[in-house]
Amino acid sequence: MKIKLLAFAALGALMLQPLTGTPSVAQDKEVRIGFLGGLSGGRGIFGKVQKEGFELALDHLGGKIGGLPTKYVVADTQNKPDVGRQQMDKLIKQDKVHFVAGITWSNVLAAVYKQALDNKVFLISTNAGWSQLSGKRCNPYFFRASWNNDDTPEAMGQALQGQVDNVWLLAPNYQAGKDMVSGFTRYYKGKIAGTTFFKLGQSDFQAELSQIRAAKPGSIFTFAPGGMGIALIKQYKAAGLDKTIPINTAFVVDYLTLAAFGKSAIGNFHASFWDPTSINPANVRFIEDYKKKYGKHPTMYSVQGYDAALLMDLGVRAAKGNLSDHDAIRAGMRTANINSPRGGFQFNNNHNPIQNYYLREVVADKDGNPTIVTRKTVFRGHKDAYHTQCSMNW
Amino acid sequence: MSTLLVLEQTLNGIQFGVFLFLISAGLTLVLGIMNVVNLAHGALFMMGAYFASTFVAWTGSFFIAFLLIIPSSVILGIIIEMLTLRPLYLRDHMDQVLATFGLILFFNEGVKLVWGVDPQPMPTPELFAGNVEIFPDAPYPVFRLFIIGVGLLVAAVIYFLIARTKVGMLIRAGASNTQMIRAMGVNIRFLNTFVFGLGAFFAGLAGLMAAPIISVESGMGDEMLILAFVVIVIGGIGSVRGALVASVIIGVFEVVGRSMLPIAMQKIFPLEIAQTVGPALASMLIYILMAGVLFFKPQGLFPARTG
Repeated sequence: MKIKLLAFAALGALMLQPLTGTPSVAQDKEVRIGFLGGLSGGRGIFGKVQKEGFELALDHLGGKIGGLPTKYVVADTQNKPDVGRQQMDKLIKQDKVHFVAGITWSNVLAAVYKQALDNKVFLISTNAGWSQLSGKRCNPYFFRASWNNDDTPEAMGQALQGQVDNVWLLAPNYQAGKDMVSGFTRYYKGKIAGTTFFKLGQSDFQAELSQIRAAKPGSIFTFAPGGMGIALIKQYKAAGLDKTIPINTAFVVDYLTLAAFGKSAIGNFHASFWDPTSINPANVRFIEDYKKKYGKHPTMYSVQGYDAALLMDLGVRAAKGNLSDHDAIRAGMRTANINSPRGGFQFNNNHNPIQNYYLREVVADKDGNPTIVTRKTVFRGHKDAYHTQCSMNW
Repeated sequence: MSTLLVLEQTLNGIQFGVFLFLISAGLTLVLGIMNVVNLAHGALFMMGAYFASTFVAWTGSFFIAFLLIIPSSVILGIIIEMLTLRPLYLRDHMDQVLATFGLILFFNEGVKLVWGVDPQPMPTPELFAGNVEIFPDAPYPVFRLFIIGVGLLVAAVIYFLIARTKVGMLIRAGASNTQMIRAMGVNIRFLNTFVFGLGAFFAGLAGLMAAPIISVESGMGDEMLILAFVVIVIGGIGSVRGALVASVIIGVFEVVGRSMLPIAMQKIFPLEIAQTVGPALASMLIYILMAGVLFFKPQGLFPARTG
């Protein structure tokens, strides 16, 4: 009888094993990490530069996360939520990763985050700023190397507060577009001349520009990522609006799009958490090595990718290589004690960075080519608007 | 909204319409004459923009880029026709749709292998970079007027070619009775290749004209393809005249609707709702128009095959 009971217990333990899944990998001496980026399609450029930053950090770490042998897997969401889900599934079940970094778009993050967190896989967003994961859905396994959608426009609103009057708001008609507008108006308290939500993916803005010119606002604030922003700025210049109504942007102008804009970006003001002109050694090394490896200037998105790999390394080192000690890994990552090109930052209770935001301007360098300089620090140690809704405390 | 702004928006609409015509002219030719559903038309448009960006980078001249676009887009069109479409002429439309859809995927990924994922630079040509004041205090970009000019020129050239030349006569004959024209000893195979090359050229030209104002990147033709299909469905499949009229109607409808509708909505609904419903409804406008036209004239405004 006793033996039979023991057999049942053993059988039960065996059956439970794959469900909990921890004991067998306790002696794991290999870190498995995945980069799940939106790499293909027209908008694949965002994912590509994040991945480049991530891989540069792996180079700097000698290819080893936390000093352990590291298996690195790349997967492509194609910027589609359904494909993202499949790929996340593959990373977790087939590749058995401990960490996943990546994700460009909020809607993709919303589709994949649960799989990672439910399986106790650390997920580090290298871009997607879906704010719910900072608020009531905050999670011990989720970290951000980027920002919330509304953090950057908040900085732009703060920079313009008192500086201009009567701002026209222009953003695509989807969740992130609305987040950006509400972030901006959280800190800009002046008059709003009007708001236009245009179709996501729109490429002709002549009608909007005519309407804005007729309304004679003091300034424009726009969020228009990717091709939309490039088309908008080109047409804004062509319509001669740059002579009368200044345009301020978030996620439109960066080193990512500078080549495509050419000289038409000169004079543009925008906000970002990254000061590319900073002379802190981590930033100088980052820019130099990135240029050496990829033959171009890094973007703010590359910084986000870079830091994600450093955070993984930090976590594994804090756990002294014990990959099943998730609490120690988490405690390590929470210190944010990494050499980030953005300078020092801390994590808030919701694992969103408490960081500086800068006002940057595009100017002509000595050869007349556009380059980005930092004009001022808008926020020091800025906290996002959602951390009070997060129940996590540490 | 002032009268002046309404006039300006109407001009914007006409300009957008002529731009749509540039894109859809080649598509309607190929569909109407060859009876081939060419989803790769948007890809040819994208290739035109990439070629333009490259040629301008090499030569620094928009005009030389134009001269180079002619052979490069025609040759690309001919290669596509010979390799993928020729075996499919006698097959079902669905096979053509599948094959040309494959071409979209091929070119969208192909440009990234050749040019990289970064959007390509394309400056506005110096000659057309300025503004003119058509309406007081509202400088209008000269390049947009140039687009209107090129679009009307293309319409005139196609009309002349189809209605007034010997090649045009053969094309019309081939469209109405392929068997008969073959029996008369005309090389229909060559004629098809010619028409497809012509369509590819118009797509490439549209790409060249679009490149200075929109973002030159992978997938840029996909959205345009949908609009081009709306144009030719409303205009009547195969009718160049229909494409021109439908383009301008759609252009004005879309632009005026897009700018007026959200304002009108704010008069009826509270701001919060108007800001959501307005843009959503505006983006559906042309499809509502299409449904309306199809209800009353299922063949489109200018049923084809009659000229």
